[in-house]
Amino acid sequence: MRLHLAVAAGGFRRYATYGTATAAGVFTNTVFGFIVAYTYIALWDERPGLGGYDQAQALTFVWVSQSLLAAAALIGGGFQEELQERIRTGDIAVDLYRPADLQLWWLAADLGRAAFQLLGRGVVPLVAGALAFPLALPSDPLRWLLFLVSVLLALVVSFALRYMVGLVAFWLMDGAGVNIMATLASVFFSGMLLPLTVFPGGFGEFVRVLPWAAMLQVPMDVLLGKHAGAGGAAEALGFQAGWALVLLGTGRLLQSAATRKVVVQGG
Amino acid sequence: MAEAEAAALSPGARAGGFAVDAGPAPERGRPRRGGPVREGLRGYRLIVAMWIRSTMTYRTSFALTTVGQAAITLLDFVAIFIMFSHVDVLGGFTLPEIALLYGSCSASLGLADLLLGNTDRVGARIRDGSLDTMLVRPVPVLAQVAADRFALRRLGRIGQGLGVMGWALWTLDVDWTAGKVLLVPVMVIAGAAIFGAVMVTGAAFQFVTGDAAEVQNSFTYGGCTMLQYPPTVFAKDLLRGVTFIVPLAFVNWLPALHVLGRPDPLGLPGWVAYLSPLVAFVVFLPASLAWRAGVRSYRSTGS
Repeated sequence: MRLHLAVAAGGFRRYATYGTATAAGVFTNTVFGFIVAYTYIALWDERPGLGGYDQAQALTFVWVSQSLLAAAALIGGGFQEELQERIRTGDIAVDLYRPADLQLWWLAADLGRAAFQLLGRGVVPLVAGALAFPLALPSDPLRWLLFLVSVLLALVVSFALRYMVGLVAFWLMDGAGVNIMATLASVFFSGMLLPLTVFPGGFGEFVRVLPWAAMLQVPMDVLLGKHAGAGGAAEALGFQAGWALVLLGTGRLLQSAATRKVVVQGG
Repeated sequence: MAEAEAAALSPGARAGGFAVDAGPAPERGRPRRGGPVREGLRGYRLIVAMWIRSTMTYRTSFALTTVGQAAITLLDFVAIFIMFSHVDVLGGFTLPEIALLYGSCSASLGLADLLLGNTDRVGARIRDGSLDTMLVRPVPVLAQVAADRFALRRLGRIGQGLGVMGWALWTLDVDWTAGKVLLVPVMVIAGAAIFGAVMVTGAAFQFVTGDAAEVQNSFTYGGCTMLQYPPTVFAKDLLRGVTFIVPLAFVNWLPALHVLGRPDPLGLPGWVAYLSPLVAFVVFLPASLAWRAGVRSYRSTGS
């Protein structure tokens, strides 16, 4: 546990070093927030109550998703390219030697990164959005607490998916194609492009049970109070925890299959 | 900066094949007017050809990433499509009208990204010190930076943008005149040049900030996200900003509004629709000055 805390702290500090990059990221998230907010206003003007949200809730959706975007690595970023590079160069052999579990090691590092990006890139865009638009942020501290738990689960689900994407390099060597496909799925099925409740009919129901829904749509709905009552909250968090366990487990299977495959070159 | 603009317009730079056209031998003796431009173009062409050969070593990966690139950008349009499953108009515009905006801006950005997009790596090159190597090579730095890791897969974005635009033009009932017919290709190319100027300015900015490539992205990718929606959706102040300060409105809004026969929300006269090439030319001046200032102020990290 102490080891993993140290790894997480390392992940946090590593990203905290890049001050200008963080400032640039905040600027970008804010600019995108404004653009998307205006388009949502036009859409919800035309169709009030679309997807079960009023306009203030829709705008909250926009700004909170901009705040979570970097932390949950919704449009890429994070560690998977680095893992792939270590697999390609063979450095992974050194990692496998270490008396620490590979998956938990990367999880700790990624959560450290996410914690920094939640603070460094999350707070300012949300404040900017709240100043410029009427948002439906809850005043109930319990709701915020539930939201934070939900965000933590979202980060674990996001990690678990990207860990598998990283491991694919054991078989493919060049991860570029898989990375693009993974980003594609995460942007579209997480609710980043459009809230999943707006997706029509059976297709909408289908996308709402996929693991990507646990990465953005569910935390958003927890914050907006769509899962009211203890039962609703338990269901939402249970959905996320379920996917987290399934994906971490699959990742572990993939990892043991991959490590059996490792051939360490001399030198 | 003339180098890059010329590069953007030169058919040779679009690199259709593997043949490395070495071009005419460098002039000896008395330097001629336009010499550096030709040198830059030649260097650009050679570096691009090298990257294309290297990309083509892994053809499956190339095909996958090109299709992936097209699909990723097409998702923006799918989102608009889903919106239109709930509404008939957005900001007073129909789906084919928005498709025209979306397609033209996507094609312009794709073209600029293909030809100049990798200038945003200049910050990384400053940090790791590899810009020093570029400074001692006998090719203008801008040409090297622009051709750096030339990514042919970006044809994916251009292709899907032109595809959506083609669908829009085929579906729309446009009252065509000779001017409007001419305006469509001019809009795409001038739009690419405007985005290109923004990219070069952003790259120059990185000489000061080191690692702020994302600021550049918010003007290019963010700008394109904005331009794919009708201007009526946005606040007037924002429209003034992107018309008179960073003239992104000339990328597609003003020409497309003219083609569609719709008034400009800022009430500008109709002929401004034809100003895009001039605007593209004008914005390259500050971009060029910024780039020169950036290169001159460069102090190696020494690593």
